[in-house]
This record gives sequence, C-alpha cells and structure tokens, in this order.
Amino acid sequence: MEQSYRIKMTDIQKRFAGVHALKAASLQARPGEIHALIGENGAGKSTLMKILAGAIRKDAGEIWIDGKKTEIQNPRDAHKLGIATIYQEFMLAPDLTVAENIFIENLTSGRKLINWKALNKSAQELLDSLGFGDIDPAAKVGTLSVAYQQVVEICKSLSQDVKVLILDEPTAVLTFREIEKLFELLVKLKKDGVSIIYISHRLEEIFRLCDEITVMKDGCFVRQVRTDEIQKAQLINLMVGRDLKDIFPKRENAVVGEKILQVQHLRAGSRVQDVSFEVRAGEVLGFYGLVGAGRTETMRAVFGAEPVESGKIIWFGEEVRFKSPRQAVRRGLGMVPEDRKKQGLVLEQNIEMNTTITSMRDVQNRARVFSKRKEEDFTKEILESIHTKYASVYDRVSQLSGGNQQKVALAKWLAAGSKCIIFDEPTRGVDVGAKTEIYNCINQLAAQGIGIIMISSEMPELMGMSDQVIVMRQGKVTGKIMKDEFSENNLIRLAMGGA
Amino acid sequence: MEKEKKNYQKLLDFILANNTYFILLLLFIICSAASEYFLTMANLVNICQQYAGTVIVSIGMLFVILTGGIDLSVGSIMAFGSVFTAYAMVEWKLPIVLSVAVTLLLGTLGGLFTGFLVARTKIAAFVASLAMMTICRGAAYMISHGTPINTPAGTISQLGTAKLLPFLTWLTVIAILVVALSSFFLNKTAYGRKVIMIGSNEEAVHLAGINVTQHVISVYAISGLCSALGGVIATSRTGIGSGAAGQGMELDCIAACVIGGASLSGGQGSSVKTVVGVLVLAMIGNIMNLLSVPSYPQDIIKGIIIILAVLLQQGTSRIRQN
Repeated sequence: MEQSYRIKMTDIQKRFAGVHALKAASLQARPGEIHALIGENGAGKSTLMKILAGAIRKDAGEIWIDGKKTEIQNPRDAHKLGIATIYQEFMLAPDLTVAENIFIENLTSGRKLINWKALNKSAQELLDSLGFGDIDPAAKVGTLSVAYQQVVEICKSLSQDVKVLILDEPTAVLTFREIEKLFELLVKLKKDGVSIIYISHRLEEIFRLCDEITVMKDGCFVRQVRTDEIQKAQLINLMVGRDLKDIFPKRENAVVGEKILQVQHLRAGSRVQDVSFEVRAGEVLGFYGLVGAGRTETMRAVFGAEPVESGKIIWFGEEVRFKSPRQAVRRGLGMVPEDRKKQGLVLEQNIEMNTTITSMRDVQNRARVFSKRKEEDFTKEILESIHTKYASVYDRVSQLSGGNQQKVALAKWLAAGSKCIIFDEPTRGVDVGAKTEIYNCINQLAAQGIGIIMISSEMPELMGMSDQVIVMRQGKVTGKIMKDEFSENNLIRLAMGGA
Repeated sequence: MEKEKKNYQKLLDFILANNTYFILLLLFIICSAASEYFLTMANLVNICQQYAGTVIVSIGMLFVILTGGIDLSVGSIMAFGSVFTAYAMVEWKLPIVLSVAVTLLLGTLGGLFTGFLVARTKIAAFVASLAMMTICRGAAYMISHGTPINTPAGTISQLGTAKLLPFLTWLTVIAILVVALSSFFLNKTAYGRKVIMIGSNEEAVHLAGINVTQHVISVYAISGLCSALGGVIATSRTGIGSGAAGQGMELDCIAACVIGGASLSGGQGSSVKTVVGVLVLAMIGNIMNLLSVPSYPQDIIKGIIIILAVLLQQGTSRIRQN
C-alpha cells in the first residue's frame, strides 16, 4: 500500500512567532480518493494545507509526492507538482470573462496573440466535460452566482495538469442544489484519479462524500479512518473529546415576556417581498431558508441598513422606521452580522475598542475623555460574562479564534444594553466546541429577557436553539413552526416550496 | 544562553515598536556627522521654525488618511489661506485677528465641501480633493491677480519671527499645540476613536450604529482648517501672501504621514510619529542645503530617501507582525 499514496506528509511542524501551530501533523491520501481533513478551528488544518500549497514553509517534517521526497518552497513548486487549492475567497478577476479566468495563466496557448474563438471553445469544452455546459465562457465572472464562480475556480485549476485538489470549506457559501452539483463534479474528478482533500465542518457532507478521514487536534495528527468504519458521534469525540448531546445546551423553559419587535408585511428591495414576524422578550426566534431567501436582507432592512419600502415595524408597541443602524442601535436593537470579519468587527483594532464601540460614553469620565481603568474594567467584565478567552484587551481582534471573535462581536451589544439582538449565522466557520459556547451565550441572553432572532442555515442548530422557527422562501415567509413540530422535513418542505 | 536570547528578542521588539524614532535618530546622527553646522542652535531652531507649517498641515492630512482617504487640496488651500489673509488685511483693512479668523473659516468650509463630495456623493477622495486643489489654487491666483500681496511691515510678519524663549519661536509653539491637541483627540476622545475605527472597517462601524458620513466629512474640514492655518503661517514668515505657497505640500504631507507609519488604507497612524515624519523630511532638506547640493539633485535624493525610509518602516513593521 505504501507506494500507492499520492501525498504523504509526515511529522510536519510549524511555528508562528511562538505559537506552535503544527506539532506533528501527518496526512496520507491516495489517487482517486476524496479525503476529509477535519478538526476544530485552530487545529491546524489550513496551515497544513497552506504548506502543501506552498503558501507557507514548514519548519520540519517531510513531504512525499508519488513516493518521491519533495520540498515545496513556494506556490510555483506546488503548481508544478499539480497541487491546486480552492480557497474560501476565490482568486478570480470579476471583470474578466469565464474563459479568461480559466486560462489566465496561458491565454495565448504559446502564441503571441489571443485567439478568442479558440479560447472560448476550449473553455466551453472544459465546462461541458464537467457537466456545467450552461455556464457561458464569455460571461463576466462577477455576474455569476457564487456556486458557478466556484466551478470556474475549479476549472481554472483543471486547465493545468492537476493531481491534488484542495478545497477549503467549499460548501459554506453554496445552496442545497449547488452543493449537489459540486459533489457530482468532485466524484467525477475522483474517477479521473485526482486526490481531493476536503476541509469541512459539515460532518453530514463528509459522510456522504469522502472515502477517508484524517482528524487533527491542536496541531497534531489524531487518527486516520475509513468513513464507513466510524460513526458521527465517535468522530466528534475524536475532534473535541466530547459527546454530541452536549452540543445543544438544555435551556430552562423560557419565560416569554412582552412583545419587543413586531414586523408586518415588510417589503424592501427584490429580496424582501412580504415578511411578518414578532419577537418577545426571552424568546429565541429562528429564521430558516435557503441562501438567497431574503433572511439577511429582511434583518438589514429592519435594522436600518437597507431602505424599507412598505410595511410596519413596531418596537415596544410604537411604530418606528429606523433610517440608519444608528437609530436602531439607540433604541436598543443590535445585530451580529453574517460576515464577522467584514461587518461584525474592526479586525485590526484591539479587543477593547471593539467592545466599547457602542458605549463609549460609559467608559469616559465627566469631561468625555476615555478613562483607561474604567474602559479596561468594563471590557473585562463584559467579556468574562460570556466566557471569552483572550490574553489582553489590547490585543488585536484578528489574533483571536473564530469563536472568541464572535463573542467580541456580540460583546458590543451587551455593552450597549441591547434589548433585542439579531444573530445572522452566528456559528459559521466556528468549530464545534466554540459553537456550544455561543449557544450558551445566546441562551444566557434570552434568560435575561433579551429577544433573540437567529438566522441559520444549519437545521440541527435552529431546532436545538429556537422556540419557534420562521421559514422564508424567495422573500416571503412560508411558514412558522412551533417547537413541538420541529423536524428537518418540515423546514426543508417550507424552504424549498415543495408540497 | 536562553536568557541572552530573550534579552535580544526584547531589544529587537523595542526597536521594531519604535522604528519611526530610530529612523529619525539614525538620520540625525548622519546629519550631525555630515556637516558641522547642522548641530548648532541656530540651525535647529531654524528647522523647527521653517517646518511648523508643514507639521500642522500634515496633522490635518493624518486625520484624512486615518479614515482611508486622501486630501490633495492641502497645498492649494494653504496658498488660498496665504493670499486671503494678506488680501483681507491690505484691501479690506481688517485687523489681523479677524483676517486670520475669516481665512481659517474659509479653509474649513473648503474642506467641508470636499468631505461632502467624498462622504455623500461617493466621489473618490483622490478625485474630489484633486478638483478642490485646482479650484483653490485658481482662487488664490485670482484674488492676488497673480502677484504676491505685501503686508505692511511689523504686522503679521511679527508673528513669524517672534520668540517665546531664545530657542522657541511662536510658530513652533503653535505647531506643538496642534500636535498635542490632535494627539489628545485621537487617543482620548470618542471622536478620534471613531475616526480610526472608520478607517479600519467602515462597514462594521456603520453597523455598530455610528454616523460614518458625518465623521468622514469632518476629517476633511479639519484638514482644510489645518491647511488654512498653514497658509497663515506661510504669510507670517515672509510677510507676503502668495498664490504659489504650498506648492507640492500635499506630497510632503502624505510622505510625512507614511514615514510616520500611517497606512494609506486607513486605521493606522499617530500624530507624534507624523511629526517625526516631517522632521525626517526637514533634516534631509536641511542637510542638503548645508552641503550646498543644488536644488534639482536635491529632489531626486529626497525621493530616494523617502523610499528608503518607507521601506525600512514597512520592513520592520512586517517583522514585528510575524
């Protein structure tokens, strides 16, 4: 068996300024295999893959490709070896066409001028062969859906001779149907003998798609196992050393109080056609729908970040219309947005500044000058109330793990004393252990009488957390499901509009 | 052995954290060695006097750069300020204080307008301030009919040469006050905090309920105010209101901010380090004059040293981050 491995990485080590990111990481994958790489955030999966892709250099360890020991010093080395990576953020030029993007490394196929006809034709052939013939090679990439952009990204790597394809959380941005298409594509590539390394937090996908699984924890190799020889619960245990049933904390029966926010027949832009719902104090209201159903857009409109066309918004019994987030925040509405890094946090500033951004006056003295002591104490108090782990409040937020970043993004609403908080995909890109902590946070807030709105695309999460779930489809509310009627079937049926 | 390594690491950290100051120190030593006249009281006082205006205008520029913007109009507003103070004194016979006040007000309004274009109409800061730049330069020449305006001797030019202490001129004092004030605002008040955070991530700050538009407009107003003050100072030093004042000032100010570690994408920069940036430029200019380097090669050498200083700044910052 030994010689049949396409990639063999053994005892890889890497340090970043004192942090031992990889201690003894190993990975072996065969040709024609889809190999899952899993582990909590911070386990070192991405670091290991970046070393394979030549994006960073290892400190120690060996890499063998097709039985030959190799050194990968830079991305070009990896490229020559046929290693391609599809990152979460695509490396595409949105203003160039599909064909141009696919063949960007060699537009002229060796000649002096570009033959547009031939270029588009070979792009079309490549797309056809992958079953995506409906993508127009002459279309600008920026006009395509995220899923199709991903296909273009994959085609781009296939335009070269690819032996190893690394995918980092490829389905995070895709809809249900798009995921199916991606899987078909990956299975096709697998049959062609490509080794696929698949990083994902979604265990359901891994069990469906992958042949083997490598588990990592704290920068170390934990175990390599065939997918059919292990159960989901065991796998989670390997990753975190904890049982699945602990993931959703039991919540005391919520004391649901007065109506905080009522929204009636809201319309805002093409994505929000007719949305009504209400949130009460101490309640967790879930929002389910496929990507593009208009959940985020609805909340942005309520929050004043997008203009409202018509409908009523009632805040503590009074009709309001927030014209800017500023007005919403002043009245006590908070939002932890979908994209933590771009919208939820000022990543390159410190933890303290991010926490007190909504409550600067509370940490100033009478002359409206920041009081260092006051601010530090205030920040610490809030962060500790939600069990945030950090070294110093003066560290940059970007240095924290995903879960702790999310807590800082939440902390500013606690600092502001918000009465209702909207969470948009609060656990996206967060590892299993940190997810539980975020769920605990949310429960804790609800117990304090804060109204919670939680948008999520993960059904187990919504069913585990919510008191009620509103389902949206194409800008409209298609149903409201009470806790005792929760089932994946019910949710999917309403979200997809099936019978 | 282990301990030695730790000490070495500490020293390195210290140097990297204060790289801007070490660049200044290095240059200071080189200058002192290169010319015996450099390290004389008269020369040093002269540098502080000569560059007081640049410091003030650079501070205004820093506010804009902190939000991720840029203000190319500073030099022209300076020229406008220089001409207008003199014009108001000579033609309208306004008292000095009033002329200066009106000048500062107009400068602020000019900046406000640029800020409005940037924040509200979403015209790129580069373009909006470029337009403002030609408008103000044109206005300055129009008011002065293309010729310098002489102010009566012993009026505003007294300010330009007055000294508080034998080694401290009033212009230097004003510059120090501006720097202290801006440093206080940036580090200690909600306003400064918001400006810095807007530069780091406008979207996140907007969603945290902060009025981004208002703050963006305000930094251009501050820049306009500082530039007009720079113009007043230019007039006070020579006694002449000139439409040619502040030529190329925008580039010097941007260079000063960047040498001082400010990031042109926003969210990073400090007042004191910006002053260091100005002093680096000042010393380069000064030492070349002392060594009688002709003016055209001076420009080339200056450009090269700016590149080196910024490379050093970036290089050390990068090492620090890793």
